[in-house]
Amino acid sequence: MIAQNFDYLTPVSLAEAFDLLNDPGAKVMAGGMSLIPMMKLRLAAPERVVDLRHVPGLNKIQQDGAMLRIGAMTTHHELESTPLVRAACPLLAQAAAAIGDVQVRNVGTIGGSIAHADPSADYPAALQALEAEIRIAHRGGERTVLAKDFFQDTFTTALEPNELIVEISVPLEAKCTGASYQKMLQPASGFAIVGIAARVSMDGGKVSMVRVGVTGLGGSSYRAANVEALLVGSEGSAADIGKAAAVVAEGIDANSDIHASAEYRAHLARVYTARALSAAIARAEAQ
Amino acid sequence: MKKSITVTINGTKHTHDVEPRLLLIHYLREVVGLTGPHIGCETSICGACTVSVDGKAIKSCAMFAVQADGREILTIEGLSADGKLHPVQQAFWEEHGLQCGYCTPGMIMASKQLIERNPSPTESEIRHGLEGNLCRCTGYQHIVAAVKAAAAKMGA
Ligand SMILES: Cc1cc2nc3c(=O)[nH]c(=O)nc-3n(C[C@H](O)[C@H](O)[C@H](O)COP(=O)(O)OP(=O)(O)OC[C@H]3O[C@@H](n4cnc5c(N)ncnc54)[C@H](O)[C@@H]3O)c2cc1C
Ligand code: FES
Ligand code: FES
Repeated sequence: MIAQNFDYLTPVSLAEAFDLLNDPGAKVMAGGMSLIPMMKLRLAAPERVVDLRHVPGLNKIQQDGAMLRIGAMTTHHELESTPLVRAACPLLAQAAAAIGDVQVRNVGTIGGSIAHADPSADYPAALQALEAEIRIAHRGGERTVLAKDFFQDTFTTALEPNELIVEISVPLEAKCTGASYQKMLQPASGFAIVGIAARVSMDGGKVSMVRVGVTGLGGSSYRAANVEALLVGSEGSAADIGKAAAVVAEGIDANSDIHASAEYRAHLARVYTARALSAAIARAEAQ
Repeated sequence: MKKSITVTINGTKHTHDVEPRLLLIHYLREVVGLTGPHIGCETSICGACTVSVDGKAIKSCAMFAVQADGREILTIEGLSADGKLHPVQQAFWEEHGLQCGYCTPGMIMASKQLIERNPSPTESEIRHGLEGNLCRCTGYQHIVAAVKAAAAKMGA
């Protein structure tokens, strides 16, 4: 399969990248793990491909106070294997490790994955549960968007045409917090049929904080505030978890495709929400 | 517009003018003449085209040759040295880790990285580590045995 012809450009600074992207025929490329398959299928046919590989400073992982700041060009493999990420934000490392296969994780980036916004991608569930902040730059300025506002619909985000994701910030996990990402995968591609990310803090035997992020079920990832509201303040028993997980698919227009019907996906979402919550609570209690 | 690229492949520098849309696998096989890396699916699923770029296993059907400009590539042809097979190659031979051999160049490149990152992998770690490589013949059993044997040999 051969892509339509294009010019290949390699800016060496963000300013140069913005200049090159100020052209309706140009498309930015990070790892190319989504863009190249799209170009081979001619679902994308950019006239110019602007590769960010030589733009410095986009793949740093830094601790900054209570936040972990991750450059947009950080690869999935870097996120799953960097000790700082594994210790300070295990949920993100776990989501990164769940992506596709090692060849894809060696090349694909977090910025590329969230810009692409595949409804079955893994990071969105974790970033919703982490209430991540996404730093977006344009020529002459930048803005920060919360994960819940960033992911809008299938392959649709808050990004404007001349904007680039430069950084993703997530909180360092507190001592009493446990997290888990549970995914039912589609065996051929590795993408999530549903994926649930849960974070739970326990205080005095009670759930003091809970966040649940969902991917694969609807057109976009989302935070299941209804599940959270039912669980917070409870003891986090199996019965409490079951009651809370039961509402995860409520009000969601579930996807239906050859891999899973809408009804089956909603069922999986309830089962995997319960699993993710149980694992997160067990980890929080073990801290 | 064609672009000039310079790539070090198995220790030798190559310079060519290529169309940006030329995939790395097509560049390696058709321009450089290295037909070790195979094309199984051309859709980034099967792993037969796996080569190492700057020390990392990648699927060369999911990368354009222009992206490899200035980088170091290792293909299956570059593994043996002084007429001696690489321990992973030797182990695939000894443990019957192949039947038709179509997936083998990719399997070996992926296995080599797996052992470099994790010198004594468990069976489950081997199976997970080779998720990106499909084999239609062996049922994977002998491939797993070969990786175990290679890891033992390389650790020794
Ligand atoms: C075989 C295979 C299996 C996979 N399995 C999974 C899986 O199980 N789970 C999963 O989540 N993903 C999976 N993926 C997708 C993978 O995670 C990709 O790496 C990711 O979706 C895209 O990241 P990239 O860096 O390769 O981006 P690219 O492909 O380079 O870009 C993707 C899109 O994002 C835009 N973009 C890139 N960087 C930026 C930026 N900094 N700012 C703004 N826009 C940007 C591009 O213009 C393009 O539209 C799989 C891919 C393959 C090939
Ligand atoms: S030919 Fe590249 S993954 Fe199948
Ligand atoms: S040995 Fe035939 S495909 Fe693997």
